[in-house]
Amino acid sequence: MWAGFAIVLLAAFSFLYLIQFPVTRDFPWVNLLLFAVGGCFLAVGLKRAFGSPERYRGKISGIVLGVLSLAIFGLFYYGTFVLTRDIPSASGAPHPGTQAPDFTLSDAGGKSVMLADLIRNNRAVLLIFYRGYW
Amino acid sequence: MSEFRSRGVEIVAISVDSNKDSRELCSSRGYTFPFLSDPKAEVIRRYGVLHPRGGPDGHDIARPAEFLVDATGTIRWVNLTESISVRARPEAVLKAIDALSH
Repeated sequence: MWAGFAIVLLAAFSFLYLIQFPVTRDFPWVNLLLFAVGGCFLAVGLKRAFGSPERYRGKISGIVLGVLSLAIFGLFYYGTFVLTRDIPSASGAPHPGTQAPDFTLSDAGGKSVMLADLIRNNRAVLLIFYRGYW
Repeated sequence: MSEFRSRGVEIVAISVDSNKDSRELCSSRGYTFPFLSDPKAEVIRRYGVLHPRGGPDGHDIARPAEFLVDATGTIRWVNLTESISVRARPEAVLKAIDALSH
């Protein structure tokens, strides 16, 4: 039972490390797998505690750990699957094949940069819009 | 990074951050490509990637997105992610760039 809880904790916190790698960031399959394993351990522990209380202890701690684990899993799921997808659709974005809207913005050094200049000086330009506030 | 340069492709980052914030970000992370500041989200809006009140204090920000613009100013490839943690991978962008020349 305690092992199950430990695995659930590991499942949640290992994401902080695995988020560096695109394979485990885009879809956190390692974390979900760990959650599943931890859940199985907890389930077996709870079954033992309630099925044969004369041999195994831990009815109360089992319930506490089970509820905590569910809460951790819920938060993890919310954080990785709900919060990160809470962005508006970009239905108004220009499609491939259309002209890119020109712009003039200042760079980090305060220098004015025009899209027209960028494409003149390069074969292509990759515009990366990001959320900011880092 | 050098793979983009060797293909003649400039990377340009755009956000609502101020010049000063971008300068700090560049120096702390060692980024060498231009970071453009769009504090009023005008260009972000023009590209249809506005996330109204998505910022910490209710400010309008950009949703993550990538546009590949060729030398004629035509958009050739777009990536509009569904999730802020899923960004375009460099390999995918390089593939799109290589497809331009064919």
